[in-house]
Amino acid sequence: MFWQQLINGIALGSTYALIALGYTMVYGIIQLINFAHGEIYMVGAFAALVFVMIFKMNIFLAMVLAMAVCLLMGVVIEFIAYRPLRRSSRLSALISAIGVSTFLSTLVLLIFGADAKGFPDHVFPVVQIHIGSAEISSLQLLIIGISALLMLSLEFIVHHTKIGKAMRATSQDYTTAALMGVNVNLVISFTFALGSALAAAGGVLVGIYFNAVSFNMGLMAGLKAFAAAVLGGIGSIPGAMLGGVLLGVVEVLGVAAGYSSYRDAIAFAILVGVLMFKPTGLLGQKIQKKV
Amino acid sequence: MLTVEHLTVNYGAIRALNGISLDVREGEIVALIGSNGAGKTTTLNAISGVLPIAAGTIRFMERDITNLPPHQITASGIVHVPEGRRVFPRMTVMENLEMGAYTCKDKEAIRKGFKEVFQWFPRLEERKRQLAATLSGGEQQMLAMGRALMARPKLMLMDEPSMGLAPMLVDEIFKIIRAINAAGTTILLVEQNAHLALSIAHRAFVLETGEMVLSGPAAELANNPEVRKAYLGE
Repeated sequence: MFWQQLINGIALGSTYALIALGYTMVYGIIQLINFAHGEIYMVGAFAALVFVMIFKMNIFLAMVLAMAVCLLMGVVIEFIAYRPLRRSSRLSALISAIGVSTFLSTLVLLIFGADAKGFPDHVFPVVQIHIGSAEISSLQLLIIGISALLMLSLEFIVHHTKIGKAMRATSQDYTTAALMGVNVNLVISFTFALGSALAAAGGVLVGIYFNAVSFNMGLMAGLKAFAAAVLGGIGSIPGAMLGGVLLGVVEVLGVAAGYSSYRDAIAFAILVGVLMFKPTGLLGQKIQKKV
Repeated sequence: MLTVEHLTVNYGAIRALNGISLDVREGEIVALIGSNGAGKTTTLNAISGVLPIAAGTIRFMERDITNLPPHQITASGIVHVPEGRRVFPRMTVMENLEMGAYTCKDKEAIRKGFKEVFQWFPRLEERKRQLAATLSGGEQQMLAMGRALMARPKLMLMDEPSMGLAPMLVDEIFKIIRAINAAGTTILLVEQNAHLALSIAHRAFVLETGEMVLSGPAAELANNPEVRKAYLGE
């Protein structure tokens, strides 16, 4: 029973982690909580749905294309909604983010309507695999596998490529990175691109997992992923991965223990707890105030 | 090499620099001295493109670089060693140096750069796998200078290299600055320790609350009674 719930929790938590990464990377670089991030995740799910239903694509191709769509969308949103406010107060950019969020969910509501859509049943063959007393579905394996693959790729990019080093340098010291010859605007665009593509992958996986895609799915998932990013330590990439998986596991175990009506409250209780007792999160860095 | 004319910089409603002019010739060490808040750091930040310029022009090697973004100014051959070192704390010494060579595409040149930097600063080679945050103040200053040298700059802007260092270390750092200059890098040096700055500079400019009040050969300024009274503590 416990092992079964643990597997379910890790699968759900992997998707939180994918979304949380976008929050944490963007925060790390420009100290903005991108409240439109959940909506990018939602648009990713819809994009894949359109590719599968209308263009009859294979789900993997649809996922890759959905990631590409959201990647572009993330870059465009940053350019239109956040870049002009770079020198304004942080609150202005935050309000702009809430505006983008409302805009995107309303746009999808207008186009696709209010009822939840589902992927066709045959989109991914579901078989149950028994491991001891627990069982894991091929879908859960897919979610965990793709999430792990994407996160490993991200780690590789951040630590072993030139643009990844520039990202880390920019998040540690924005001005000095520019003095080293880093085009910080390009780095910011790249960060939004990566975060949005990961969120899109998360949206597609969740869409298949729960077989439901709706215009407001980004709200709760986005808030929970934000809680996961704070739990792991906002600004920390490994923190977002850890926070996401932990949050998923705790949520599923909480539901299994009989608190299913508190399902969503669990994430926010954790958020409040972390902010009260360890605001830097599990793996977060102490914020150094420069004089 | 570098010509700054009538440079004006504002912080909101406050005027930090009021139409100052200065020039740096190839091969020189030029010192910019003045008391706290005179606008020395502001001048360097304006040259390297970190601060927006309200009026005036900055020319470098016959090219107008006024209002270029910082990364393009760096690529043109000006490298700024900022006040307080500003090393990347959660990156290793090696990674910090790699960041210095960010604009350099030639792998061979980067390898040569590492060799040279480790010759200037053997201490950095000993600590190359360490995170920059774990270095001492003097080592961080060496790293900041080494990182700047990785870009093979034509002109190095140095902001308060002596800040917070023990006197012995300050002497060592200034010896290296002189050697770097002798090896062919032009230097514009901002320093609160006017005595030290004038001792290694060829020429100097004196800044006072956003205005350029004096300039001339460093030796001459060091003997100027006003300078001696205001900045050399006599």
